[in-house]
Amino acid sequence: MSEVLLLTLRTASLATLLIVPPGLAVAWLLARRNWRGKSLLETLVALPLVMPPVATGLILLKLLGRRGPIGGWLHRTFDVDVVFTWRAVVIAMMVMSFPLLVRTARVAFEEVNPRLEQIARTLGANETRVFFTITLPLAARGIIAGMLLAFARAIGEFGATILVAGNIPGRTTTLALAIYDRVQLGRDDEAFQLLGIAVVIAFLAVFTAEAVLGRKSERSRS
Amino acid sequence: MLPLAEFALEVTLELSARTTALSGPSGAGKTTLLELIAGLRRPQRGRIELHGRVVCDERVFVPPRERRVGYVPQDDALFPHLSVRQNVFYGAREQNDDVIDVLEIGPLLDRSVKRLSGGERKRVALARALLTKPEVLLLDEPLAGVDVALRDRVLEYLVRVRDEFPVPAIYVTHQMDEVQAICDEIVFLERGRVTGRRNLSDE
Repeated sequence: MSEVLLLTLRTASLATLLIVPPGLAVAWLLARRNWRGKSLLETLVALPLVMPPVATGLILLKLLGRRGPIGGWLHRTFDVDVVFTWRAVVIAMMVMSFPLLVRTARVAFEEVNPRLEQIARTLGANETRVFFTITLPLAARGIIAGMLLAFARAIGEFGATILVAGNIPGRTTTLALAIYDRVQLGRDDEAFQLLGIAVVIAFLAVFTAEAVLGRKSERSRS
Repeated sequence: MLPLAEFALEVTLELSARTTALSGPSGAGKTTLLELIAGLRRPQRGRIELHGRVVCDERVFVPPRERRVGYVPQDDALFPHLSVRQNVFYGAREQNDDVIDVLEIGPLLDRSVKRLSGGERKRVALARALLTKPEVLLLDEPLAGVDVALRDRVLEYLVRVRDEFPVPAIYVTHQMDEVQAICDEIVFLERGRVTGRRNLSDE
């Protein structure tokens, strides 16, 4: 059971960290720039939120399988297999959590007063410096909240994971898959224990995220 | 975004006075003009020169960070997550203790920006702009956000800045006492057009 927990926390943490750079880039582009194709990207990013997770999993399976365009290339070039490994778990988690991070981070960027960025520019700062000294720190709380939500979503990922990573005990069986497993096998006691863990993690993540966001609005009022 | 569609700013101005006041009713385009000079807005057409250097015309657009303009907006726009010290030195091109002394910023440096009074905020914003060694200072209603009781104190600082630092300045204001205390010339703006100007230094 601790094996399941450890695997879940590891993969979910890694997935959360890996989506931060692209997630912030996309969130910033959506918040601060107007360009053709913006609404297309917006829609694409939101898709995993509304599509059946199993369908997303099927797409990933086709892309990442040894005969798929990405999986095939990885296999030939690096001799790395993705499908039915922990890597697939991480990728499924990334895809499913990405929209949550982007949405929260986007709102966080939008709440940064553009005036402060403008003034920083008149003070001689280039765009990189403006981003790292003004935009990012002022959006930090929203971004952290987004990461917590993404992490919680990753922990709970089931539908895409089971398709693309399977349910291999010790290798790809995460918390959500293990609960399903135990129920199927009639081992309800274990299922309930795992359920308890899942509830605690989810509660902590969302509670902390709300607290971080709440303190932020207090701050901006002053 | 401002509803600018209905608004046309058509201004031809050559300013050579040390300190020029821009006056006029709200909506006259005073702040817009400052933002054009600072490079925070692009004009549809037009040409802006600072000390003979073209910073904006049909082919050239010098971004704000290369314009050497010290812009102090009406709301000061201090960075709320940084200390006074980090604000003041954010764009500093020189270690100039005069700026700190003249504006009496020293005792404030280690404070949080959130613990400043309106007058103190204004001084910090002024110091931050001056330390970038600007070629022109743009002040948008520097006394607007300041308590009536503190206005004379801030005005004193503005006079000191004018006397101590040889940087030309444009003040947006509609307070005549402020204009008379500080400015050599006043330009009146109304609905995007210059409706008059008067030299004050000879009077």
